[in-house]
Amino acid sequence: MATVDLRNVSKSFGSVEVLKDVSLSIEKGEFVAFVGPSGCGKSTLLRLIAGLEEISSGDLMIEGERVNDVLPAKRGVSMVFQSYALYPHMSVYENMAFGLEQAKLKKDEIARRIAEAAHMLQIEGLLERKPKALSGGQRQRVAIGRAITRQPRLFLFDEPLSNLDAALRGETRVEIARLHARLADTTMIYVTHDQVEAMTLADRIVVLNKGRVEQIGEPLELYENPASRFVAGFIGSPKMNFLTGDAARQHGAATLGVRPEDLTLSAEGGLWSGKIALTEALGSDTFVHVDTTLSDKSIVARVSPRERFRHGMPVYLTPAPERLHRFDEEGAPVRG
Amino acid sequence: MAPQSGLARQRTRSAWVFLAPMLFVLAAVALYPLLRTIWFGFTDASLTSFGSARFVGIRNYLEWLDYGDGNGEWLGLLVDGRWWSAVWNTVRFTLVSVTLETIFGMVIALVLNQKFPGRAVVRAAVLIPWAIPTVVSAKMWGWMLHDQFGIINDMLMRVGILSAPVAWTASPDTAMAAVMMVDIWKTTPFMALLILAGLQMIPDDIYEAARLDGVGPVRTFRRITLPLVLPAMLVAVVFRALDALRIFDIVYVLTPNSPETRTMSVFARENLFDYDKFAYGSAASTLLFLIIAMITIGFIYATRMDLSGTRE
Ligand SMILES: Nc1ncnc2c1ncn2[C@@H]1O[C@H](COP(=O)(O)OP(=O)(O)OP(=O)(O)O)[C@@H](O)[C@H]1O
Ligand SMILES: [Mg+2]
Repeated sequence: MATVDLRNVSKSFGSVEVLKDVSLSIEKGEFVAFVGPSGCGKSTLLRLIAGLEEISSGDLMIEGERVNDVLPAKRGVSMVFQSYALYPHMSVYENMAFGLEQAKLKKDEIARRIAEAAHMLQIEGLLERKPKALSGGQRQRVAIGRAITRQPRLFLFDEPLSNLDAALRGETRVEIARLHARLADTTMIYVTHDQVEAMTLADRIVVLNKGRVEQIGEPLELYENPASRFVAGFIGSPKMNFLTGDAARQHGAATLGVRPEDLTLSAEGGLWSGKIALTEALGSDTFVHVDTTLSDKSIVARVSPRERFRHGMPVYLTPAPERLHRFDEEGAPVRG
Repeated sequence: MAPQSGLARQRTRSAWVFLAPMLFVLAAVALYPLLRTIWFGFTDASLTSFGSARFVGIRNYLEWLDYGDGNGEWLGLLVDGRWWSAVWNTVRFTLVSVTLETIFGMVIALVLNQKFPGRAVVRAAVLIPWAIPTVVSAKMWGWMLHDQFGIINDMLMRVGILSAPVAWTASPDTAMAAVMMVDIWKTTPFMALLILAGLQMIPDDIYEAARLDGVGPVRTFRRITLPLVLPAMLVAVVFRALDALRIFDIVYVLTPNSPETRTMSVFARENLFDYDKFAYGSAASTLLFLIIAMITIGFIYATRMDLSGTRE
């Protein structure tokens, strides 16, 4: 049975409709990521599920029960906020205990749950501290700890890593993945605008664009078979190359998409010719930006770091024919 | 202290340069008059004899007057019943009005902190009593509370609460209450605005976290809003208490010459200018200063208020 079921959910603020007819079903224990550009409605969707915003129309079901009008605290959800939202005047322990006391749990049960969460997140040494005496990463772990102790059926994360630096973000991402593995029965919904986070963490990804669901699917499915030009451009890093005009028309499409790793770069000959504008050597891969007459943007190709391509060299690009993505004028994929 | 680097010395020097004009003005308009008042308290100065004032020790505060027959009596401010009743009036006035102003101010601030249409207008409107000069509002209330022509008596009699007009400001039973009421009416907006500023510092997401935790409104207020707004509120209370301890204008306009409402400031003024006991009035002013200073220090200490400007 689905843990979360959204049926034609819409949300308007005044006359502005920010979510349009969203339908979505999330299985128990699944890790689902909402991705999309800024302002597309990710946070709003999450807040609807949490009960912090009211649903304008449609139904929200949690474990088969319609919860549109159920109070947030009664929905069995925990939320980790982007800004942590720790109570600044309470110690770490009190922060975690506050909601549990409210739920009328016994003192020793509260202590047990907090000890367990603190152990899991390695914040045992911080329990007496106030939030302002913690680093960003520690605060984030406390916020996650507070969410865990409530033992929710549904975990909601709103960009939990966006205030952390790159190294810490990587670490915490791994910790969240581990948390998901440990709490196998707990459904998790994770909002991010970072598609790498979504790809690495999620069982399924929901791509939102301007308040609509563009595509729902497993990370690799989205990567291999994007349902629209938007998804093709959003998922994958570096981005898919898009060509319009003659090069696309030859393949019977308005827009032709090809990923950097599906291009072969050669100095001798190939389908498209151009000149190297820039090379980015990352160690494991080298990304070569090639200026061509096909597009005003350079085309990016991934090559092995052992191959030496220099700035200004004339080169040829050849896409793998079976790996081309073809889109029509509306951005929908061309079949067949 | 560790030796300062050249940069730190420069910063210290420019800090003093920027502070100097203010320190100079403060010394001229606050420190000098204060020291002079303290000095006059130890002399026999009168309004007509500033220049020839002689030092008389603590006679204005306490003096043993010997009748010569083995009897005698203590004289001076410290044994003056009128002074101590003025002190008590002041303290009572301060306690009651500041407490009520804080409570009403908090209620208004909580309402103004909610989103509702026309909030900006209401916020501005609430400030009106605070913006009216005290003398004007005291006169206005004086008329409204007038026993014969006052609108208050008229309204209360129309609805049948009163059968005969009450001389609110003249009657010993109600004079103090009238003064307190006018002060509360006037100063609650100030309190509300300071508390509102504190409330707006509390981020929304904390309240959302509390909603997810299932915390009800009363507990949210007690466990989250109140502790977080308390520092701002205490600063407001200190400001108000200092102001209230010096209360003069409302009393002077609304209930002149009433022993029930005579405050320390009113007592000092009477002696300074009406009774030509300038030295005695100076002594009273000095004591007033000491009492305010002690209460302030005690309050700051008791609430461990952080006035250093650094965050813990
Ligand atoms: N309380 C509100 N009142 C009015 N409009 C709102 C409100 N909250 C959000 N919006 C609007 O709804 C749209 C979606 O906002 P939302 O916060 O869900 O975006 P998001 O996808 O989370 O973006 P980001 O990645 O920047 O966090 C935005 O256009 C925003 O301006
Ligand atoms: Mg957001």
